[in-house]
Amino acid sequence: MSKMKTSLWKLDPAPESSDHISLESSYGLFIDGEFVESEGGDKFATINPATEAPIAAITEATDTDVDKAVKAARLAYQKVWSKTSPTDRGKYIFRIARLIQEKARELAVIETLDGGKPIRESRDIDIPLAAAHFFYYAGWADKLPYAFPNRTPKPLGVAGQIIPWNFPLLMAAWKIAPAIACGNTVVLKPAETTSLTALKLCEIIQQAGLPPGVVNVVTGHQKVGAAIVDHPDVNKIAFTGSTAVGKGIQTAIAATDKSCTLELGGKAANIVFDDAPIDQAVEGIINGIYFNQGHVCCAGSRLFVQESVFEEVMRKLKHRIDTLNVGDPMDKNTDVGAINSKKQLQQINQYIEIGKSEGADFYQLQCDLPERGFWCPPCLFTGVAQSNRIAQEEIFGPVLAVQTFRTVAEVIKKANNTPYGLSAGVWTDKGSKLFNMTAQMRAGVVWANTYNKFDPTSPFGGYKESGFGREGGVHGLAAYVKI
Amino acid sequence: MAKAKNNSALDSVQILKTYKMYIGGNFPRTESGRYYSPQVNGKSIANICRASPKDMRNAVVAARSAQPPWASRTAYNRSQILYRIAEMLQGRSEQFVAELQIQGLKTQDARIQVQATIDRMIYYSGWCDKFQQLFSSVNPVASSHFNFSVLEPTGVVVLLASQTSPLLGLANAIAPIIASGNTCVAIANEDQPLSAITFCEVLQTSDLPPGVVNVLTGKLDELMTHAAKHLDVNAIAADQIGTPNLEAVRADAAGNLKRIADLQIDWSDDNQAQNPYLIEKFCEVKTTWHPIEQISSSGSGY
Repeated sequence: MSKMKTSLWKLDPAPESSDHISLESSYGLFIDGEFVESEGGDKFATINPATEAPIAAITEATDTDVDKAVKAARLAYQKVWSKTSPTDRGKYIFRIARLIQEKARELAVIETLDGGKPIRESRDIDIPLAAAHFFYYAGWADKLPYAFPNRTPKPLGVAGQIIPWNFPLLMAAWKIAPAIACGNTVVLKPAETTSLTALKLCEIIQQAGLPPGVVNVVTGHQKVGAAIVDHPDVNKIAFTGSTAVGKGIQTAIAATDKSCTLELGGKAANIVFDDAPIDQAVEGIINGIYFNQGHVCCAGSRLFVQESVFEEVMRKLKHRIDTLNVGDPMDKNTDVGAINSKKQLQQINQYIEIGKSEGADFYQLQCDLPERGFWCPPCLFTGVAQSNRIAQEEIFGPVLAVQTFRTVAEVIKKANNTPYGLSAGVWTDKGSKLFNMTAQMRAGVVWANTYNKFDPTSPFGGYKESGFGREGGVHGLAAYVKI
Repeated sequence: MAKAKNNSALDSVQILKTYKMYIGGNFPRTESGRYYSPQVNGKSIANICRASPKDMRNAVVAARSAQPPWASRTAYNRSQILYRIAEMLQGRSEQFVAELQIQGLKTQDARIQVQATIDRMIYYSGWCDKFQQLFSSVNPVASSHFNFSVLEPTGVVVLLASQTSPLLGLANAIAPIIASGNTCVAIANEDQPLSAITFCEVLQTSDLPPGVVNVLTGKLDELMTHAAKHLDVNAIAADQIGTPNLEAVRADAAGNLKRIADLQIDWSDDNQAQNPYLIEKFCEVKTTWHPIEQISSSGSGY
């Protein structure tokens, strides 16, 4: 007998088609409004993490390429963008928003092929939010003085932006839209495993007629990011990624006048009280940690359940885990797709081993997995101690660490006992308790009776070692102006 | 028994003030026993505590434990306490004028600085219960949620205080830091620390809870390193400490991603020194999402 459990129900395949997308077999860099080949840079393959099949060749930019991109951005800033009227800046950004909407299906398919996330998520979350983000900041371009009472905001100049692989197009939108709305020009580096939608965005930017050099995209590995950070003619660094790299950036720019915003790691507490709507909470726990394979900086990776409902919550949670569909990200029924890369899968598996060796109890969905590709079925640990590494360190995968608590004071202490402070979740039906709990969480985003919700009007960013600065909303403008 | 002489006040030997530091509402000497003697016109003005790393740690512990209760005071209460500081300053203004003179200021300049210090404290007193309305937002998200963003204090802020404006610069920087609910460890002006310590006497008698403001005296280059590396400090306000110092602080601060505020402010200029963005600088933005239940039959209230 197979050790695999049969699914609770069997779903027929519902694959999204990919015959309508257009991709080049090889991509150059996007500098000064044109796709150009690197001066001496190698190419590397970007693969589909669900099949390990190569999709396209991506350029490893050299220091010379980065320098060219920064020069193009500087020139565009001085000659064009700083002289473009705020209203016109806005109009270009509105155009970009609309083009993303028009090409949404293509972008969603490419996002899923390149990154491994379920098509349901790229279709319903990543791409619509990316368009919405451009739409939101387009409207700010000619209203900036209203955002800073009694001040006259000025752009910073050239912004160097480095983004992660978990929400590739969405993170590009979070970075580019407010930067150019405020009158800056941009050199952006996507993550090496997910460059394609950023390069497709360059095509959209071309189509929108954005003046050349306002947005430049250089691809490659960490060295390319370092070249941007170290470039003397960059005025601002915006980085989303790991806390370790964030600290490296803060150190690297210590002796410069570069301004900086960092959106880094997290280890969010998701807290379930005994008076919570338990079924909704279970959905929230699932969405909190298994959304996007747990590749989410604000993932609710530490679950705190009040002792009196622990058994009930765990029973329902495990039952719900058993119903999750893991597999082909292009299938519209898939809940949990492929792990983004082999490297990331190794890190997750390493933490699973650490959790087991620390003595915690392990539970994992048993299911058939595709033969190729990178997979980690949703799993959780119970009996976790506060000092366990799986409760302290960011795993960035579908691994949940479950702890219990008795009192409000206790869970506040436990939840805040982390160097991170990006997000938190609270589940209770009692309004006054909610407002107390959300106020006590030392975290930049707190979801009350919900989790992992995002909106361009809603500021996002961390406390403590989760970074500084906000993206989204009126507060997101401050990252790109001097006042 | 000798008869006490009925000397006039002018003839009696003056009692010199011993200047100590201000930590957790008390005035301890440095645990290190070290001192230094800042000079004005070649003459030592006092023996001043030369704070040690241990003093810095003690001050951070005091500031950390004072922070949550200070932040949970009402804005109205914090506002009244800042106002009370101004009242106490006013009552002791002649003492501050005299001390600033010892530190080398002319009488007229000293009077201007003391008056400005009082005025700024009142200015920021007024902001305590207003800045939130200016900088917070209700965010019109495209889903059924009530979503809002508010400012919360960053936590413990170390102030590397002005080396040019020993009283006004210190007080003017502390006020916006504590207005939102942060607590503060200030490193006083190295060469002119007297008025900083006397300012602490004002703080101690102004209903300001112990630990909300702590002031160390000593060598800036020694203390700033320990402040920047301390893992329980959330932010550093550097008041024109010079480029090499600022760069060193920035690099050391990366260990726990401290927020660094480079205060480039002429404290004598109202337009620069009176600035609610100084309060915002030491705050974090917290965004909260609450679902709004949509019940199909509930209809519209309009």
